Amino acid sequence: MLQVILKRIAIAIPVILVVASVTFFLVRMAPGGPFDAEKVVPPQVMKNLNAVYNLDAPLIIQYRDYMFNLIQGDFGPSFRYPGRSVTEMIFTGLPVTFELAFYAIIVAMIIGILAGVVAAVKRNTVLDYIPMTIAMIGICMPTFLLGPLLVLYFGIHLEVLPVSGWDSLAGDKILPSITLGAAYAAYIARLSRGGMLETLSQDYIRTARAKGLPEYQVIIKHALQGGLVPVVSFLGPATAGLIGGSFVVETIFQIPGLGRFYVEAAFNRDYTMILGTTIFFSTLIIFFNLLSDIAVLLMNPRARSEA
Amino acid sequence: MNQQSSLWSDAWRRLLANKAAVAGGLILLLLIVLAIFAPWIAPHSYSYQNLDLGAQPPSSDFLLGTDTLGRDLFSRILYGARVSLLVGFVATGVALVIGVSWGIVAGYFGGRIDSVMMRIVDVLYGLPFIIFIILLMVIFGRNIWLLFAAIGAVEWLTMARIVRGQVLTIKNQEYVLAAQAMGVTNMQMFRKHIFPNILGPIAVYATLTIPQVMLLEAFLSFLGLGIQPPMSSWGTLIRYGVESMEEYSWLLIYPGLTFTITLFALNFFGDGLRDALDPKISSD
Repeated sequence: MLQVILKRIAIAIPVILVVASVTFFLVRMAPGGPFDAEKVVPPQVMKNLNAVYNLDAPLIIQYRDYMFNLIQGDFGPSFRYPGRSVTEMIFTGLPVTFELAFYAIIVAMIIGILAGVVAAVKRNTVLDYIPMTIAMIGICMPTFLLGPLLVLYFGIHLEVLPVSGWDSLAGDKILPSITLGAAYAAYIARLSRGGMLETLSQDYIRTARAKGLPEYQVIIKHALQGGLVPVVSFLGPATAGLIGGSFVVETIFQIPGLGRFYVEAAFNRDYTMILGTTIFFSTLIIFFNLLSDIAVLLMNPRARSEA
Repeated sequence: MNQQSSLWSDAWRRLLANKAAVAGGLILLLLIVLAIFAPWIAPHSYSYQNLDLGAQPPSSDFLLGTDTLGRDLFSRILYGARVSLLVGFVATGVALVIGVSWGIVAGYFGGRIDSVMMRIVDVLYGLPFIIFIILLMVIFGRNIWLLFAAIGAVEWLTMARIVRGQVLTIKNQEYVLAAQAMGVTNMQMFRKHIFPNILGPIAVYATLTIPQVMLLEAFLSFLGLGIQPPMSSWGTLIRYGVESMEEYSWLLIYPGLTFTITLFALNFFGDGLRDALDPKISSD
């Protein structure tokens, strides 16, 4: 068990290093220097600028320095916001993004698992069809459409919820969390329905029923653990999607999170910021995938011995 | 030969029996026709600006109203369909070529080649590709061909897994072993024995990849990192719709509705195709 986890970690570390290196060279391949957009500056100023940002060194030295700083958690200075470091910006935005993602996942899990389990237990009834149709709509309706529509209805038409912002008010968090969570609720509903259907047809469930356990106990005590494995293994990869979704949701609702910083950096061609955030996001996602792999191993004894 | 044609006609019959899939297919067909003949169908120019007109609500003259620059929204949606569907099909094509070749090679040769190739797929699966696409768009400029390539380069992973699985099953069947014993070359083997037998799953998965690709493109265009003006995809239209939704809600609602219906149609058609071609695998 421990060996399996260590093996996964041993794979993850070189992957992160490769991602960081590839991103570094890709960004350095970008046509034009980071200061091209500004006014023409005297050559001496340009030279000094390049020296400050370590752009005058040979590429391989720049790479060595960047990786060396990276390992110490230093992502370098931002090209667009002089005086601010990328690390600083990442850690200003991250808590906000995490908070948003956390609410979204909670919304998604509660709605998704509830709908999926009910649909599986009441298979081929109205309680199966309606949630699954809504789930299909949830999957087809992109975040960048759902968010504005919710704003249009609840924020502008009914005027019951704020249309943007991210302050201490609880109302601020409702629409963004639902917007981000909706698609995941839909996926989780489908996955948990599928998982539960499979588990409910297993022999040990029949045994539990034959013992005379009431149905709700059969489901809660016996079926859920097996039935929700697909959901848990989905949660790791889902964080990747959540981050993509946070780009959209944070842009729509003007939330000062890392996702919006990234989109802004992409617009402003703030290369160091893009580079740093890309590496950071990749590491984060690889880490969450690792966590969900481990959680699946813990939940499923058979996978434990196979792996 | 007989065997094969009856397999396909069976599938066709099952597909026709599935109402949701038929409806999805018809909507798709209609959209494709509209997109192809957009220049003849569109009542107005998609780029002609009439600033005096401004944003008009839907009327008999402008079926779905006009945008803030006085451009006919219906015509813009029609032209947007061209871009959105083109991205959907071309990027899926790119994903198909990469995924199918990767999967066939891995599955057919097996052994070390297979384990290395599939390990690469596993590793790539765990990476945040949306970020890399944005990165590529920023570095190499917002070019539509790059967009095709970048999205295609991301979406091939699942295809590779599915194809590999199919090839592994087919590889061990007697007729393939017999062909091998007769000295059929690898190339001939792919063409005559393996490829025709994995066409079904490929068709199914390709249909289900198209909506994902379209979503990805719309997502990028919504952020302003995808299709650039004066061209517009549905994602771009939704982006502009959001900007002016407070006063002119139709600018958001109609493009959004069109996009959602299209994704619906594609998903239902893909699900129906899967059920028709492989009754054993049901939707989860």
